[in-house]
Amino acid sequence: MGIDLPLLWAIVIGFGLMMYVIMDGFDLGIGILFPFVREREDRDTMINSVAPVWDGNETWLVLGAAALMAAFPMAYAVILSALYLPLMLMLAGLIWRGVAFEFRFKADESHKPFWDKAFIWGSYIATFSQGVALGAFINGFEVQSGAYAGGVFDWLTPFSLFTGLGLVIAYALLGSTWLVMKTEGGLQRRMRELGRPITMAVLVSIVVVSIWTPLGHPDIAVRWFSLPNLIYLAPVPVLVALASRLLINTLNGETHAAPFVLSLALLFLGYSGLAISLWPNIIPPGISIWAAASPPQSMGFALVGALFIIPFILAYTAWSYYVFRGKVKAGEGYH
Amino acid sequence: MFGLTALELARIQFGFTVSFHIIFPAITIGLASYLAVLEGLWLWKKDVVYRDLYHFWSKIFAVNFAMGVVSGLVMAYQFGTNWSYFSSFAGSITGPLLAYEVLTAFFLEAGFLGVMLFGWNKVGPGLHLFATIMVAIGTLISATWILASNSWMQTPQGYEIVNNVVVPVDWLKVIFNPSFPYRLAHMVVAAFLSTGLFVGASGAWHLLRRNDTPRIRTMFSMAMWMVLIVTPLQIFVGDLHGLNTLEHQPAKVAAMEGHWRNEPGAGVPLILFGLPDMEGEVTRYKLEIPRLGGLILTHSLDGQYKGLSEFPKEDRPNSAVVFWSFRVMVGLGMLMLLLGVWSAWLRWRGAFFAQPWFLRFATAMGPSGLIAILAGWYTTEIGRLPWVVYGVMRTKDAVSNHSAPVLSATLIVFIVMYFAVFGTGVSYMLKLIAKGPAESEDEHTPHEAGQSPRPARPLSAAPDDIDPSIN
Ligand code: HDD
Ligand code: HEM
Ligand code: HEM
Repeated sequence: MGIDLPLLWAIVIGFGLMMYVIMDGFDLGIGILFPFVREREDRDTMINSVAPVWDGNETWLVLGAAALMAAFPMAYAVILSALYLPLMLMLAGLIWRGVAFEFRFKADESHKPFWDKAFIWGSYIATFSQGVALGAFINGFEVQSGAYAGGVFDWLTPFSLFTGLGLVIAYALLGSTWLVMKTEGGLQRRMRELGRPITMAVLVSIVVVSIWTPLGHPDIAVRWFSLPNLIYLAPVPVLVALASRLLINTLNGETHAAPFVLSLALLFLGYSGLAISLWPNIIPPGISIWAAASPPQSMGFALVGALFIIPFILAYTAWSYYVFRGKVKAGEGYH
Repeated sequence: MFGLTALELARIQFGFTVSFHIIFPAITIGLASYLAVLEGLWLWKKDVVYRDLYHFWSKIFAVNFAMGVVSGLVMAYQFGTNWSYFSSFAGSITGPLLAYEVLTAFFLEAGFLGVMLFGWNKVGPGLHLFATIMVAIGTLISATWILASNSWMQTPQGYEIVNNVVVPVDWLKVIFNPSFPYRLAHMVVAAFLSTGLFVGASGAWHLLRRNDTPRIRTMFSMAMWMVLIVTPLQIFVGDLHGLNTLEHQPAKVAAMEGHWRNEPGAGVPLILFGLPDMEGEVTRYKLEIPRLGGLILTHSLDGQYKGLSEFPKEDRPNSAVVFWSFRVMVGLGMLMLLLGVWSAWLRWRGAFFAQPWFLRFATAMGPSGLIAILAGWYTTEIGRLPWVVYGVMRTKDAVSNHSAPVLSATLIVFIVMYFAVFGTGVSYMLKLIAKGPAESEDEHTPHEAGQSPRPARPLSAAPDDIDPSIN
């Protein structure tokens, strides 16, 4: 067969993961911003703004896991067992948060604060453990004869803790700009205010990660800082700087949707930077997508279904965002 | 924890999470089809009772579906976290099958669930019925994929092993492996039966409280027809399933029957009760019926099949467990048969809605289908041991290298969290059931008319005015 199946699958999985990060990112961000907003009515509005879409967002995560197992079983096995603890924490966080979304509205007054707390903690834990997992992924895994050979706590490094924090900040940015777009009045003003320091913090984290990563990984340094790559890749940091500048400006200005679009662009740039650093490895530091691929019979079989069904999922997602376009007004929520 | 090894803890963790998961899909599968039938009857007969029942059960369906999704999310990760060697060895087969299950679940969620749960006033009745039917079919397709995967692990075929990795050679053979048709039929019927018993128990509970409305009567009656017709079918399918297992996994059947060795010339007895002793290689304190075991499994009075002693010690599944889990399942099946026959008798005598002992029995049998499903899965899965892929890979070679303390910690977190979260959800469902189906006066109830469309948000189809808290 002339088709490069591992490449196709890497694109499908990379795309799914990106969909997850930007979409579940802003609704996890809502949970992260929750402690900064005290009024019950505002909190309800915040939840209402994502309530119709959040569980659709989360399904990308399930698809990611299943696709990884189908296409790169070795990567699925190594990465998931290496990241056992952070992933279990993430699942726990997601479960709490998922049910808190609903039970919060259904509980009587005395139990509401409990579900608010569950929502906050769930969002923080899920995000932080995703960020830690990301950092551990960049750091790479110890593999021997196709299996994970490191310890249970190998994922725990200063770098991964930092990426954990970084992701919390990044999702907070997505959440705050989403709310700028979806709300108005006092809540929107508050989000514009919060947006500025958060943007700065995101920028700082991007810079720190961009310095830390090549310092710790000479091969990544070579990729970025040798000619001619240096020239080809230069647009990435330039665009990052540009996007953050515009982001601050629009947060100060009057536009509603621009900050969200710009923070999506920022996240997307960060994501591409990561992809450039790691390509073509699926188990960093040394195992490529071709080495970890499942047999062509498996990849081909599963690809038929994926290519048939994913367009439907995208169309539906677009449709449901269209149905829920516009501002969420206080009290007028769906509940 | 409690001196358990890492392997045992990994197994307990997987078994615990999947046991919670399977309860929700079983009801999802059954209710989806029930809703399709109710809506079809409403459109056909124009009797509002069916419409009211549709609205009532679709709220419960929504809550149940959401819990199926959250608990399924955990399952999709466990193959990698807990069974990494299994995943890298056999992921080339179980991975694509799991991917298809998720894609199908996605597909039905994406396309039709939103319409089904929120579109009653937004699309025409024909399109709405179509959406409900598609959701029902979607759950069945989803079950088909995951059961194909599990059945392949039980009776693998259509593959080759190249460089220590499974390579699929013939997908049709992989999917239609020998135990797949039996397992699919047995599981789908089990889901219908469990849902019938669950709906029936809800009806009986209301009848016992003198909440005797046409809606309650209809749902109770429909459920009892289901139990009457489907239980014998399930027993028949179960018997065929057992014969098939004897052919492909003889050690499992010997363990299920507590059968250790054949006496020359005598048919194998059926052991009703006993305590299989793995060390002593005997079943103690047994109560047996001569020749019946051989008769059931070989259809001949002198029939014999291999006893457990004839298998090497390291290939024997734990008879002490599967002997009993199998009997729990079959015993409950017999009680369901009794319930069905009793319902037919009372119908004939005209005391169907008023016999208190019958109603109490029907209420008590509410969870029996789900218990039988769990018992059946324990038989199947523990009877597969010591293999994870039967005859190909052993469970001890499949498990990830986590230490016992790590697994104990996560297991405790799972147990506490599952009971809190799903306990709340289940109690919420039960409160909805206790309220009973409401009588709606006209087509457009104000509640529904005032709402915005909210696709794919299962729980919000349920009303918000009930406090589900358990604490
Ligand atoms: C007989 C049926 C059956 C069985 C044995 C299983 N499931 Fe399941 N599962 C379903 C039937 C089902 C379902 C009816 O299709 C669900 C319930 C609610 C739903 O969304 O689909 C579901 C949901 C569901 C989801 C969520 C899908 C979504 O996001 O919509 C995942 C990831 C899994 N399952 C994974 C598993 C795994 C890994 C299993 C094996 C250990 C498993 N299921 C056993
Ligand atoms: C249909 C999809 C299923 C798949 C693919 C599957 C797969 C597995 C795997 C990989 C293991 C671990 C290996 C082993 O111990 O042999 C296992 C064990 C187990 N499974 Fe399943 N399973 C499925 C469904 C279920 C269901 C629905 C249940 C029950 C409710 C269940 C109950 C168990 C239990 C209790 C164990 C632990 C057995 C033990 O080690 O003592 N499984 N299964
Ligand atoms: C009463 C007669 C029944 C018989 C003879 C019977 C037979 C069997 C057998 C032999 C197995 C194990 C198959 C294997 O591991 O290869 C099995 C599994 C199972 N049984 Fe039953 N069964 C009966 C009733 C029931 C009932 C009433 C339910 C549920 C409502 C049920 C649900 C299950 C489930 C969920 C499994 C595991 C999945 C599978 O392997 O199909 N069974 N049954």
